[in-house]
Amino acid sequence: MSDDVVAPVETAAPATHEPPARDITDGGPEMVQFLDAEGRRIPQTEVNGPYADYLQDVDGEMLRSLYRDLVLVRRVDSEGHALQRQGELGLWPSLLGQEAAQVGAGRAMRTQDYAFPGYREHGVAWCKGVDPVNLLGMFRGVNHGGWDSNENNFHLYTIVIGNQMLHATGYAMGVQKDGLVGTGDADRDTAVMAFTGDGGTAQGDYNEALVFASVAHSPVVFFVQNNHWAISEPNDRQFIIPPYQRARGFGIPGVRVDGNDVLATLAVTRAALERARGGQGPTLIEAFTYRMGAHTTSDDPTKYRIAAEVDIWKKKDPIDRLRKHLEAEGLVEDGWFESIDAEADELAQRIRTACQQMPNPPHEDMFEKVYVDPHPLIERERAEFVAYQASFEED
Amino acid sequence: MSSALQKMTIAKALNAGMRAAMETDPKVVLLGEDIGKLGGVFRITEGLQKDFGEDRVLDTPLAESGIMGTAVGLALRGYRPVVEIQFDGFVYPAFDQIISQVAKMHYRSLGHLRLPMVIRIPYGGGIGAVEHHSESNEAYFAHTAGLRVVTCSSAEDAYWMIQQAIASDDPVVFYEPKRRYHERGEIELGEDAPHGLHDAVVRTPGTDVTLLAYGPMVKTAMIAAQAADTEGRSIEVVDLRSLSPLDVPTILESARKTGRVVVAHEAQTFLGMGAELAALVQHEAFYHLEAPVIRVGGYNIPYPPSRHEEVFLPDLDRILDAVDRSLAY
Ligand SMILES: Cc1ncc(C[n+]2csc(CCOP(=O)(O)OP(=O)(O)O)c2C)c(N)n1
Repeated sequence: MSDDVVAPVETAAPATHEPPARDITDGGPEMVQFLDAEGRRIPQTEVNGPYADYLQDVDGEMLRSLYRDLVLVRRVDSEGHALQRQGELGLWPSLLGQEAAQVGAGRAMRTQDYAFPGYREHGVAWCKGVDPVNLLGMFRGVNHGGWDSNENNFHLYTIVIGNQMLHATGYAMGVQKDGLVGTGDADRDTAVMAFTGDGGTAQGDYNEALVFASVAHSPVVFFVQNNHWAISEPNDRQFIIPPYQRARGFGIPGVRVDGNDVLATLAVTRAALERARGGQGPTLIEAFTYRMGAHTTSDDPTKYRIAAEVDIWKKKDPIDRLRKHLEAEGLVEDGWFESIDAEADELAQRIRTACQQMPNPPHEDMFEKVYVDPHPLIERERAEFVAYQASFEED
Repeated sequence: MSSALQKMTIAKALNAGMRAAMETDPKVVLLGEDIGKLGGVFRITEGLQKDFGEDRVLDTPLAESGIMGTAVGLALRGYRPVVEIQFDGFVYPAFDQIISQVAKMHYRSLGHLRLPMVIRIPYGGGIGAVEHHSESNEAYFAHTAGLRVVTCSSAEDAYWMIQQAIASDDPVVFYEPKRRYHERGEIELGEDAPHGLHDAVVRTPGTDVTLLAYGPMVKTAMIAAQAADTEGRSIEVVDLRSLSPLDVPTILESARKTGRVVVAHEAQTFLGMGAELAALVQHEAFYHLEAPVIRVGGYNIPYPPSRHEEVFLPDLDRILDAVDRSLAY
């Protein structure tokens, strides 16, 4: 036996393949938190310390505006849900419970930063300035997206799990090639964010995206909302090592953050985006949160999960938490919460009216925009279609 | 087993068929997303995990290439994997495994290896869904040598064909007409299967025009035949059931009898099943034809937003219009 044979290294890995017992309501000691479930500011620790600087500008006004975003986003969501129940939408994927994850991430982004969402990122859309009415079209069946991604740097929703992770990575590679990373000009340096869920982390595209981003050192932040359910499948069907720890194996720093704590998601995302913009490469953030509602309006979660779990997470509500904080710190005047609720009511009313009035597109429109340049087959079929439709009017 | 007539939905018939296959052969294992406790988003596997255990009904990680690739491995190890793809539009991450490995394994191993697996795909539109949930991508797989491709249109076929597909030593892509899942039909349990897996079946005999259909379009075709009948036109509806191989004798017999053929499918017509059928019929029944083969199908655009579905999908009127055009020759 030669001398340079490496002796097997003792590792802490368990000898069995039993998944470690997990408490899905406890994010563990590595989770970054600034507000506890009671809305109390958590003292600086080794874990949250590195992110404290990113909250220096958070004053009463900022806290109130974060609260406002959380409430309005929840209202957008509940209105979407109601519109589906009333038959105005075919489907609605609710973000209930994930508001702080999305608002923290969304508010951390600068205008030039680009977001690649899944299909549940209504809160990120809100922060990027997308009119919530525009989100409804695809769920109403009048279009497949319908907003101009480049207007708000918010890409179309992607339904095929994982696809967008690679798009974000490639987009970030483009930003790099454009020389818009590490210039030191905060208004020009650009980062990209990619959103997916815990189920999404199993998909090939997700894992390839991490490899590509790591190798290319591209300015992308992967934001995994671990809401603990992928339709009916819990985390232990998707991974044994949680996403934030797995990131390290790809050569990407991974951080777990309390996804129901908007200060924590804001701080951690700001830090990651700053790294990306500064040319220090990708980061993976796992927002530890919970899907309070059904997967979508088509789903019935009573078939696969227990109510007690939902009850525990109810106590960690992201909005209650910030509200308690604002109250305890005396940061709001009498009637302020009510004024936000009233604003939410107005927003909901506007969304409802706009949805109900959203016209069905003329059927001929389905032939539009298949190609950039004219395509003879499409042109022929459109003409045939128009003539065929007209034949009914003649009768 | 004594025979008993049972009325059930296509969904329940598929469930009963899989249950029967699992009882008969302990090597049959089910893989897919949400197929365990939930019983699949369409509840096709409802109760199977409870009754056969997590060893035989696996809720997999969310990765179709992973599902397909591991199913290949299981098949190589002597199992009979039945894979559920949640919706038609989510089979593409597994496309590489299906085309490069599933379809070719037997051939490239000079017959030493077999992949007796079934890939179940709920397909087609008409349910008001968002994109990627309404596609008819059967032609991709029918185009690929090494795959058998079938689709059921009734509860009876659902029950028998899924068992025949599972028993097949070749890989079978099994298309399920999702908008018909809740259609009910009678099944003679305990009897032998009334048809072979790759038989086409004449659903309504007729003399004037042959209407070739499969999967979700069969019902529409039968309604069209009824409507035509009241106007004195006799349509013969042939339910293809198998897209690869095609039941050529049955198709040609009908084409030669009527001399006029219309093909209806939800899939886009360009290079779709209709193109193959038209080529077959014109080549093999040329001297019997009174009219060119006419295709009715989806337009050659991406599956549109659901508010356009009613005009995108072939309906009674479009089929009858094609029948009229055929008869006008
Ligand atoms: C490639 C692909 N396979 C399957 C689906 C069907 N599907 C839609 S959402 C979903 C679960 C997603 O779970 P997760 O990634 O945790 O995100 P969440 O919905 O919880 O936000 C599945 C399986 C899909 N959209 N895309």
